[in-house]
Amino acid sequence: MNADTPTSAGLPEASLVVKGVTHAFGPKKALDDVSLEAPSSAFTALVGQNGAGKTTLFSLITRLYDNRSGSIRVLGHDVRRQPAEALSRMGVVFQSRTLDLELSVMQNLLYHAALHGIGRSAAKRAAATALSRVGLESRAKDRVRALSGGQMRRVEIARALLHGPSLLLLDEPTTGLDIGSRRQLLEEVRRLIAEDGIGVLWATHLVDEIEVADRVVALHKGRVMASGSVGEIRARGKSEDVGAAFLRIIGEDDEALSRVSA
Amino acid sequence: MSVTTGSAAPGGVSARGYLICLLGVVWREGLRFLHQRGRFLSALVRPLVWLFIFAAGFRATLGVSIIPPYETYILYEVYIAPGLIAMIQLFNGLQSSLSMVYDREVGAMRILLVSPYPRWFLLVSKLVAGIAVSLLQVYAFLLVAYFWDVQPDNPIGYLTVLPALVLTGFMLGAMGLAMSSVFKQLENFASVMNFVIFPMFFASSALYPLWRVQQASEPLYAICRFNPFTHAVELIRFALYGQVEWTSLTVVLCCSAVFLGAAVFAYDPSVGLTGRRGGPDAAR
Repeated sequence: MNADTPTSAGLPEASLVVKGVTHAFGPKKALDDVSLEAPSSAFTALVGQNGAGKTTLFSLITRLYDNRSGSIRVLGHDVRRQPAEALSRMGVVFQSRTLDLELSVMQNLLYHAALHGIGRSAAKRAAATALSRVGLESRAKDRVRALSGGQMRRVEIARALLHGPSLLLLDEPTTGLDIGSRRQLLEEVRRLIAEDGIGVLWATHLVDEIEVADRVVALHKGRVMASGSVGEIRARGKSEDVGAAFLRIIGEDDEALSRVSA
Repeated sequence: MSVTTGSAAPGGVSARGYLICLLGVVWREGLRFLHQRGRFLSALVRPLVWLFIFAAGFRATLGVSIIPPYETYILYEVYIAPGLIAMIQLFNGLQSSLSMVYDREVGAMRILLVSPYPRWFLLVSKLVAGIAVSLLQVYAFLLVAYFWDVQPDNPIGYLTVLPALVLTGFMLGAMGLAMSSVFKQLENFASVMNFVIFPMFFASSALYPLWRVQQASEPLYAICRFNPFTHAVELIRFALYGQVEWTSLTVVLCCSAVFLGAAVFAYDPSVGLTGRRGGPDAAR
């Protein structure tokens, strides 16, 4: 884990740098000395099975609670010491649905803009732009309840982009979506990376969402088992198939290999 | 939509930004309230059932002698009206806070908490929004009660009660907020009714003057005296008659501070309880 990547080497500064974070609920360690990076202009897949600690890590990055050890920096701002600076630079799509079903798409977006201190007229402009980017400008006045699951997710992405973040966090965003919606969502997020240079941390347990150019962080039982490019993961797991490579890497840790060979 | 909107980021959080945030939270709560007609209806019907049926039935049984702030004999309906107003606020305070954590609103709470504004400010905004909604409910109730001949002695009472309602709404909302983070086991609203709302409501001066309680049982009287809800009721009762009950005012202010402190503590990312239990979505 090259958590100490200097920015002097011509590399863009990482959007997100997590260093040595351990977090426990009671005696159980949910995260154990986790270090990872999500560079800007890149898609970083945080791959782990259910219970690997992905959601806990997201809670720490979004400062639902503080990390007690290590550090989490967003664009150079420590989440614990400069929470306002850090939070204003990240957009989040949570695993659970977080839109108000009874309100319209636009009302949901305006509420979020207000939470970021964006005034009404600027918010309306930003919301219209964000909606057109996810192809939903025609649904602005519709109630969220009338949207499909995939459309709701896209609204959530539009919402996360509203305040112009440099880091986009998505916690298993494709949960419950059909194949078409999944593909569309991935395409949209990848386009954002290309167009805006935004850094993306995409948590998933589905390895087929990973592409060759992506960075991968393999999280298992609260520990980072491997991280690097897709090529490095393949080499590490001694398999051309990323899924198989991932399973072999986490299989070094336990005997789950045969059970979860899906 | 450029990435480099660092200037829009509240690094230098402005007073205007705070105001936008506060108004946004209130606006959303108001919209939700308007969409949930069932919630409004039950918030209105509940106290009206007490007023129309319970109070009418008890009118003959329970005589209320002249006690301050009343200067003449009053109907029992008039006596319990302030208690019912406080009940509306109690329900509203607990409902809006608890629903935030228990059902699908878990997500809504997360969205609120990723706002870059300080946590205490977000919680206060939430409280202010809850108060605004409770004021709508209370005045709707007062309007119906007016036609039922339950009115303050002077119409100015409708105005003088407003500051009292803001304070009691704040106290009861803060209580709900503090509870929402502490009692994770109270999974549904029914148990909250049993363990919080009913005891608070019945062990108070909402339904009977405290001197009557004292005649019946000294310990119960003591409990009623210490019940913050009693003081919410009395503050409203006197305010409706253009008077200030100073003891109740003091108790309501102190309790508000304590409950708000507890809520801020519970939701504080560094010391709070969410981190220890795994947060609102620990159940997953």
